[in-house]
Amino acid sequence: MADAQREDAAETDTPNANDAQEKTSNSTMVEDSSTTLLKRMEITVAEAEKRTGKKAVNMQETYTVYLIETRPSSAVNEGQSVAPDALWRRYSEFELLRNYLLVTYPFIVVPPLPEKRAEFVWHKLSADNMDPDFVERRRVGLETFLLRVASHPVMSNDKIFYHFLMQERGWKEVVYDTGFQAKADSRLRALNATFRVKNPDKRFMEMKHYSDELQAITSQLLRARARVADRLYGVYKVHGNYGRVFSEWSAIEKEMGDGLQSAGHHMDAYAASIDDILEEEEHYADQIKEYLFFAEALRAVCRKHELSQYELETASLDLTSKKLQREELATGIVRTFSFKGMTTKLFGQETADQREARLKLLEEQIDEGEETVREKTAECEEHVHSGWEDMQRFKEQKDRDLREAFINYAYMQMSMCKKGIQMWSNAKECFSKM
Amino acid sequence: MSGNVADSAVSPTTPAQTIPADLSGQMLELDEDDDLEVFSKDTTNTDGGSFNASMQTSPGSMINQYKFDEEEEEEDPGAKDLFITVDNPESHITTIETFITYRVVTKTTRSEFDSSEYEVRRRYQDFLWLRGRLEEAHPTLIVHPLPEKFVMKGMVERFNDDFIETRRRALHHFLNRIAEHPILSCNEDLKVFLSAQAWELASHKKQGPGFLSRMGETVRAVAASVRGVKNRPEEFNSIQEYVESFSQKMTSLDRITQRIVKEEREYLEEMKEYAPTYTLWSGSEEELAEPLKGVANCLDRCFQETEGQVRQLSDCLAPTLHEYVLSTDTLKAVLRRRDNMQAELEAKNEALAAKRADRDADPRERGVVWQSLLGKNPEEARQQRQQRLTGEIGELKEEIDKLEDRVEWANNALKGDWSRWQRSMRSDLKDAFVSTAQKNVDYYEKVRVTHLKPPQPHHTFDTRLVSITL
Repeated sequence: MADAQREDAAETDTPNANDAQEKTSNSTMVEDSSTTLLKRMEITVAEAEKRTGKKAVNMQETYTVYLIETRPSSAVNEGQSVAPDALWRRYSEFELLRNYLLVTYPFIVVPPLPEKRAEFVWHKLSADNMDPDFVERRRVGLETFLLRVASHPVMSNDKIFYHFLMQERGWKEVVYDTGFQAKADSRLRALNATFRVKNPDKRFMEMKHYSDELQAITSQLLRARARVADRLYGVYKVHGNYGRVFSEWSAIEKEMGDGLQSAGHHMDAYAASIDDILEEEEHYADQIKEYLFFAEALRAVCRKHELSQYELETASLDLTSKKLQREELATGIVRTFSFKGMTTKLFGQETADQREARLKLLEEQIDEGEETVREKTAECEEHVHSGWEDMQRFKEQKDRDLREAFINYAYMQMSMCKKGIQMWSNAKECFSKM
Repeated sequence: MSGNVADSAVSPTTPAQTIPADLSGQMLELDEDDDLEVFSKDTTNTDGGSFNASMQTSPGSMINQYKFDEEEEEEDPGAKDLFITVDNPESHITTIETFITYRVVTKTTRSEFDSSEYEVRRRYQDFLWLRGRLEEAHPTLIVHPLPEKFVMKGMVERFNDDFIETRRRALHHFLNRIAEHPILSCNEDLKVFLSAQAWELASHKKQGPGFLSRMGETVRAVAASVRGVKNRPEEFNSIQEYVESFSQKMTSLDRITQRIVKEEREYLEEMKEYAPTYTLWSGSEEELAEPLKGVANCLDRCFQETEGQVRQLSDCLAPTLHEYVLSTDTLKAVLRRRDNMQAELEAKNEALAAKRADRDADPRERGVVWQSLLGKNPEEARQQRQQRLTGEIGELKEEIDKLEDRVEWANNALKGDWSRWQRSMRSDLKDAFVSTAQKNVDYYEKVRVTHLKPPQPHHTFDTRLVSITL
């Protein structure tokens, strides 16, 4: 059943779908949980369109919308041609969805969106967001994002996600109604503050370290690859000049003319072949790029653990200090410095009533504090547990995906070599006839 | 080279594809070529009938004149009897200078040589001297060019290994072309070059036509070229036009090749940064370590193979193309000298006609008055003048006869050399391009094979890889 699902999902009527990307995301569907959304439904980002609309203050803006199509997979499996449900979404809505997921599932490694602006461009690639190639690659990236969320054991059950796919109007309101924005803001503030954790989970710290390395190395790789692509482009294109000059030269030669002329054509073909080669390589670069951004998501999970742990430690410390105060008040022995103690010394002892009142307050606070610590401890434990689980899942997914990416890359290189062999063999034949 | 310089579109097949801004700044500036007429080279065989005793050639070459013509009809490579190799460059360091000598080994069955084998050491200066002598002795024969003294382009120093090797190859090629030439190979200076010991060569160099006689020739040449040729035979016009176009094409091809070398070198620089990122990454991974190392390995191989490919271009193709760029300079010079000879002949003919007209002219129109002013008898003066003119006319006619023979011989020799040159050109360039294409095929084959040994794939992917390789 699962295999059939995979094949069917690959045979969608999306003329622009990148096979390699499809296979990558499909391979992540080897999930143990049988309740992921993707099992029940087929999702594609079929098209992209340009729209113009009014922004605030009567300003026009041009933006791109993407068509999300969904189909119940049972129908596809039975071979029925069912009209898909479809709706249009723009990139900012995807961003909103992702932010919601980040806040709602803080200990899940949330899949990244394709980049907002083109980075790691080499000069032939356009950095323009409106460029059709960029839009196309973004379309593929958005589809990958949706497929990844839909195949996640936890996130695929989210109602908001479901509504995102099915309900065009009013979705934004529903999202905001969840109040996630407030949580997001406070979380962001907390995360950005610097704090020291006394006892972080060692595994999380290792993961954080790994995510830093992954980020650094993938961005270095992408930058170097772009520069190599640039140079390779130059090498191939200069060969086009041979074509031109051979053609001119053949005009003044008698015996050599034919050989030169046809060799020239092969030189032109060789120079032109680099375009397809490098376009294919862009898909490989996109796969690496996804994991560059995944590294950020992974790091975020580790940071949230740190925050969680820090809050627990803070609450514990607070509780401890309150208990200490109670003890002092009860026994009259002052061990810690307190303002009250100071004023007592300066202005005289407080009354018994006052002491009573303060003791009562402290008891209440201690009760609250203990409750808080209990909650935080449970929270922390749960987060560590689910976070660790998801990081394992992520690791397996990453190993699978990247292994396949590298194999694809090798395949691309081989294909490029084959083309080269073909062209130069042809050219050699022509030269021999000179 | 010629004046017009323009940026050219790199990929003529796709009109929308212009050079991206980045590249166009450094883009190869190739000359716009004028439209070329398509014409055929008319390689008529020499009739070889004319000898000329006044040719500054050794008697041996005159005898070989016959061989020269026979070779035209049946090209018999088996008849080669002079084998020369240039190898084994060595550095010599003296207090004044450092220079390289090359070993020149000659094996021959020719009777002019006392022995059948010679081994000498020669330096670049000696080659220059030899070529100069050959050109002087045979101004209208095509003498193969020598590699240049200095190389401006690229990062080549004089004693760099690649440079020395390239030069050695060119010197070897040079001597072999001379050896194949029926007339040049019999030249006395060549014989000395190949066989004499260093001190013998040095003393021999000091002999030969002096500075003054060389000056005299130069002056005549300049005068003739100023005069210009009036009736150049059509075939030489064709050759001239061809040489112009060919020169442009060769220069372009040379520059394109240099440019490719440059781009490939920059590609290699970037690869140096790129390949290690995979190795670095493998250090952070467990499962992925192997595939990552696999990719790094492939990229390393690719890097090495590309280095080899660049060497092929810069050591083999570029020098050959450059040789032919230099060769066109030689061709132009030879055509010019032939023109000058013909111009001289034309001038002498005009002078002859003038003198005849002068002699046969009405005495009253001539300077009889002048003579009579000097107190001479007009009739006597006229007769004296007639005698003088007749004498001069006779001398002139003799000169003209000799010159006509020389010109005819030169024309025929040039035609013969021209078709020989065309054959060599075709064979040399064909070989160079074929071997370059072959090297590229080999390169891609080697790189392709490295990718066939990828990281141990999961069994699910195995089948796909197998189908790729089939």
